Amino acid sequence: MNTKKLTTLSLSVALALLLSFIESQIPPFVAVPGIKIGLSNIVTVFLLYTYGWREAGCVSLVRVCLSSLLFGSAVSLLYALSGALLSFITMIALKKLPFFSEMGVSVAGGVFHNAGQIICACIIMENAAISAYLPPLIISGTVAGAVVGIISGILVKKLNGKI
Amino acid sequence: MNKKKLLGDLMLILALLFVSLLVFLLVELTRDEGSSVLVTVDGEAVAEYSLFDDGEYSLNDGTNILVISNGCAYLKDASCPDRLCVNQGKISMSGERIVCLPNRVMIEILGVGEDILSN
Repeated sequence: MNTKKLTTLSLSVALALLLSFIESQIPPFVAVPGIKIGLSNIVTVFLLYTYGWREAGCVSLVRVCLSSLLFGSAVSLLYALSGALLSFITMIALKKLPFFSEMGVSVAGGVFHNAGQIICACIIMENAAISAYLPPLIISGTVAGAVVGIISGILVKKLNGKI
Repeated sequence: MNKKKLLGDLMLILALLFVSLLVFLLVELTRDEGSSVLVTVDGEAVAEYSLFDDGEYSLNDGTNILVISNGCAYLKDASCPDRLCVNQGKISMSGERIVCLPNRVMIEILGVGEDILSN
């Protein structure tokens, strides 16, 4: 890996971390655990389309670990990793299909991130009924994912080739 | 944006909204009058209280405070940073639950005939 790429990816981690932190400062409007805008996904989707899944995956993994270590706890790391993993696999799969743009990929990313967290919660609490939180999470994940996706799409178009 | 891809995106969004509607209907239609509150910590049932016995209970060595009054249950206080569980309000129908993810504590309403610990 050349130095330029290394610096770009490191900056991406810092950016994603910063977005994640800013997001955590906004008080939740709705009392549903796990609801969030997912701004740091802008970085992940952008990297996915500009570089590839390895780069996006690395940055995502490092960011999730750092974010949980700095702002969360051991348990939050577990939830975050499940969400990020499921979200990532889904995004890679959808990107390979010709039917979806950055927005669609990002919508799936957001929704499946929440789904991953819910599945993790179901396993930890040994109770499948926590999935009752899925409907509001799917809706918020879709809306947030669409916004994040549109932003990522614009970034990919404007910055492609210049990074 | 590519028209074909936009169509694909919209189909995806519609499919997701449809799934969320299904899950919602499934959950709402299986609701019933509650009769007891089951407290679970880390997936293990630790206590069960009748919905009709008013009281205040300290859960999980005090990380969450459960209050039962007027046939409803809610968390009055919690040690978690976001306190989403406290803001979730009151529950009283079977299947309803309030979860405190950071403390891994959950209170769930059981319907008539579902009581676990008293059997």
